[in-house]
Amino acid sequence: MSTTSFTKKTLGLETTEPALTPPPAAPPVSSFNKKPKLAAKPKKREIPEGLWTKCPKCGTMVFDKELDENLKVCLQCEHHFPISARERIHSLVETCTFEEMDADMTSVDVLQFTGVASYTSKLQDYQRATGLKDAVITGICRMGPHRVALGVMDFSFLGGSMGSVVGEKLTRLIERATEKTLPLIIISTSGGARMYEGMFSLMQMAKTCAALAYHAQARLPYISVLTHPTTAGVMASYASVGDLIIAEPGAMIGFAGPRVIKDTTQAELPPGFQTAEFLLDHGLIDAIISRNQMKAQLIKYLDYLTGGQKAAAGL
Amino acid sequence: MKHHLDFEKPIIELQNKLAELKKHPEAHSLDISFAEEVALIEKKLEETKRQIFLNLSAWDRIKIARHPKRPFTLDYIRHAFSDFSELHGDRLFAEDRAVVGGFACLGPHKVMVIGTQKGRDTKENILRNFGSAHPEGYRKALRLMKLANKFGLPIISLIDTAGAYPGIGAEERHIAEAIAVNLREMMLLEVPIIAAVIGEGGSGGALGIGVANRVLILENAYYSVISPEGCAAILWKDRAAAAKAAQALKITARDLLALGLVDEVVPEPLGGAHTDPETCAETLKAALLKHLEEILAWSPAERLKQRYEKFRRFGHYLEKRPTTGEAVEAQSPKT
Repeated sequence: MSTTSFTKKTLGLETTEPALTPPPAAPPVSSFNKKPKLAAKPKKREIPEGLWTKCPKCGTMVFDKELDENLKVCLQCEHHFPISARERIHSLVETCTFEEMDADMTSVDVLQFTGVASYTSKLQDYQRATGLKDAVITGICRMGPHRVALGVMDFSFLGGSMGSVVGEKLTRLIERATEKTLPLIIISTSGGARMYEGMFSLMQMAKTCAALAYHAQARLPYISVLTHPTTAGVMASYASVGDLIIAEPGAMIGFAGPRVIKDTTQAELPPGFQTAEFLLDHGLIDAIISRNQMKAQLIKYLDYLTGGQKAAAGL
Repeated sequence: MKHHLDFEKPIIELQNKLAELKKHPEAHSLDISFAEEVALIEKKLEETKRQIFLNLSAWDRIKIARHPKRPFTLDYIRHAFSDFSELHGDRLFAEDRAVVGGFACLGPHKVMVIGTQKGRDTKENILRNFGSAHPEGYRKALRLMKLANKFGLPIISLIDTAGAYPGIGAEERHIAEAIAVNLREMMLLEVPIIAAVIGEGGSGGALGIGVANRVLILENAYYSVISPEGCAAILWKDRAAAAKAAQALKITARDLLALGLVDEVVPEPLGGAHTDPETCAETLKAALLKHLEEILAWSPAERLKQRYEKFRRFGHYLEKRPTTGEAVEAQSPKT
């Protein structure tokens, strides 16, 4: 773990680059990205930028330091703000126990993608703005008494999109977990597969699920945590095949983007469509867990899921 | 004269001219004989066809892949397979007619054939949901594949879908999970699996029945992470940029073969599969048989290992070698 302090990130990139489907049009994300603007309204010019954040759900002005201390959950209404992968790891693992894997792996422009902007320059922009190499951080850590293989995605890097690096890092993590008989936790947030890598991105879905097939065959537990937003190619692969699938409150979760569904079906979408609560009501996820309870609850699940094995292996 | 594609215009003009000439022999030029002129036009027609179809853009090929007369899964089942007995339903919710499947014979081999199925006309398209499956389609496919695995029947998967259906019911019944489970479970089936993209290979909806020991693709089919229109809308903010997106995404059969993403390109008759479906089916049959017989000779463990390694090595990335600190481009190694 290299970063231990919670820092407020004001990304220079206003629009996140979506992947398989257009980005979810849920207000929390866009409001978060526009946070610096909100804080710098002419009326409040005397307040230094980056000290306060307006909650997009309840409208309360929250002191940033308090928000950070509360894991970026609104103290008034429990709205879950986006949180970086590093901050999330810090909130989950025992101090100094996170051994990061493949920290230097970066994406390459294998297709020489000739779009509006080149993929290479996009990657550089996002690396600069986020301090991340790509959209996932993986490693082995301890959570309570458990050694865990942990993968955490970060939406701020190209919309958490999955290309070869995300797929490869997660596959190596899963393979390591299988080899070392470790439970696996993947915390997802993603707009889907990364277009810039074309079919290589799609194939990461099969690749990660292949590794999970053997992890599951070894009767090792896998907990998939869905955070805002988790959609498309990531949702249609590793995020959906956990032994347990849990979500953060209010997270937007689905396969196709709501705009695509609306355009295709010409139908009104039901209220709360594709939220964590909607999925729970339809029997698609095990539980909704607030970020503040996440660590304790994950440890509890692991206690149950590894109980028999620990006894058998004499650990 | 319906369903002609824009780039076929010169061919159509020559064909019309030829037809006109044959209808009114008196209209031909006076200095050369009738037979000579017909031969001349026929030669020119052949040349034009070759010129056009050997130089198709990615976007042109997508138009052929989406041609309303293109042979669909059931056409191939009719012409390349025999003795098809269709099996229905996911045993959970519904019969999804965007996915067909059942027992069939491929040459001397009893197999399970599954595939996504488009409709030929409006009525059938409503029944087939334009070839876009709901979760039930993927669950039916998995049910049939597990059945095949249990009783030792090889699986042939024919892919032709614009994508899984983006609808309210599909989301409510968890289409993402249906696809994801297929990806995981297909990895563990011990029978040979051969997939062939025969038209559109639309993203996760295609991959959901596409985890196989061999992945073949017809010459004018495409296989893509996102539709060119969808990509254009996101990156160019303009759906009309689809032709550019199609080019950039490298989704044609030849591009995919060059990138190592498919195992074989199955040639189509000049002008596309729809110009001669029977011949195209014969070619596909021969290719399927060749791969099937090869994989049948392997042990179940070898089939599983090969399938894992095949998908395991997809990906390109840079990483620093710990010893040198030097960045190297790598494709994940064969494990």
